[in-house]
Amino acid sequence: MTPDSTTSISQGDVLVLVGTTKGVFLFWSDASRKNWRTDGPHFRGESVYALAFDGRGGRQRILAAPKSNHWGSVVRFSDDFGRTWSAPDRQNVRFPAESGLALAQIWQIRPASDNNPDVIYCGVEPAALFESRDAGETWSAVKGLLEHEHRPQWQPGGGGLCLHTIILDPADTGRMLIAISTGGVYRTEDGGKNWSARNVGVRAEFLPDKYPKFGQCVHKVVNHPKHPERLFLQNHWGLYRSEDWGDAWHDVANGVPSDFGFAMQMHPSEPETVYIIPLESDEFRCVPEAKLRVYRTRNAGGSWEPLSSGLPQKGAFETVLRDSLTSDSMNPAGIYFGTRNGKLFASADDGESWREIADGLPSIVCVKAAVLGAQPTSVHRQS
Amino acid sequence: MIRIELPRALHKHAHGSTVMEVDHPCANVSEALAALESQYPRVLDSVIDERGEVRTHVNVFVDERSIRFLSGLNTPVTDASTIVIVPAVSGG
Repeated sequence: MTPDSTTSISQGDVLVLVGTTKGVFLFWSDASRKNWRTDGPHFRGESVYALAFDGRGGRQRILAAPKSNHWGSVVRFSDDFGRTWSAPDRQNVRFPAESGLALAQIWQIRPASDNNPDVIYCGVEPAALFESRDAGETWSAVKGLLEHEHRPQWQPGGGGLCLHTIILDPADTGRMLIAISTGGVYRTEDGGKNWSARNVGVRAEFLPDKYPKFGQCVHKVVNHPKHPERLFLQNHWGLYRSEDWGDAWHDVANGVPSDFGFAMQMHPSEPETVYIIPLESDEFRCVPEAKLRVYRTRNAGGSWEPLSSGLPQKGAFETVLRDSLTSDSMNPAGIYFGTRNGKLFASADDGESWREIADGLPSIVCVKAAVLGAQPTSVHRQS
Repeated sequence: MIRIELPRALHKHAHGSTVMEVDHPCANVSEALAALESQYPRVLDSVIDERGEVRTHVNVFVDERSIRFLSGLNTPVTDASTIVIVPAVSGG
């Protein structure tokens, strides 16, 4: 793969950010999304599980959280599509000394609303939420969650004890929802001072009490800005919907081949349309029957349909992780996902048909998309 | 003069320097590494985590002996000591 020059990136282009276990790759295309150019890897040899594009406040900033197995992790950003990156002179996401904790990995980067254009959140391992008020340069821990009474009872899942999902209320009410594996869903109504578990109805298959107050292994939660109180949740076994910001959850695994999986993504303009990629089981963690299929609901989980046109339907032992499925904000929507085997797939028609746009990448752990120059609220993934 | 040899991966955080010399007396490795904080704080953060512990996949040697098998960061040093920081064998 010969890198292209990112100087060709222009307004209106669709940018797809791909985080892998060996660095970040950029893909971009004009609005047709037919011909993709690429650049990378950035942060060669470092894993990048968290990426975001920040188009607020006149910025065109890519945020990334490279992690060296040896030297730790930081948040870095680029305002020129990766030609240069910030180089923080300290580990900029760090636990306060009195916490007794040390950063293992950054799992999520989530810009706040347009009304707070310098505020960004990140979720980390061990499970904690950090906030930046200067667009990603410096960070501080959200103490209300850091000091939560449940913390000693949260347990790491296979990926570690990670806070991987951050959902904000578009009305800027101070409400925020986060998800932890394994801790479950927590919600604050006061900007992070107090947090309450919101897991009623969510199964914990791996515990004696199948419906505990907290301790679930939630894999991903999404919502839509037009209907923010309605949430969808992909669990470690279980597919759920809430109509009340997580007060109660109801099973919506209607017609999926497995309710186990990681990835989940809203359609950018249809609040009842959600995409998932089911996996066979928690032991095997590959797509059922070795057929790579995206499942879509267009009725808020009432039913799900497989989308497989253009995707391999034989011998596809593929796994798609929690942040490796995303959408752009075009109409029809572009849907993108990457696999642990290093394949990147794209659809330019709401998922009806798919095309492989890269193969042979390192293991893909994160995919995010943005339309350059689009309204920022529509380009950020709700996760 | 205590000599701290930096691994190649950290040279970029030390303005290209490969070695740092500490010209004040230090009782142990912890005190010597603390001298990094003023000049090359990112180097220190890369070696020591927020808990004040050497990162899991980093090895520190004093005069060719790993501090893991001595007294850790409390391992004594002298003015003639050489501290070498190296990435451990790990990866995938």
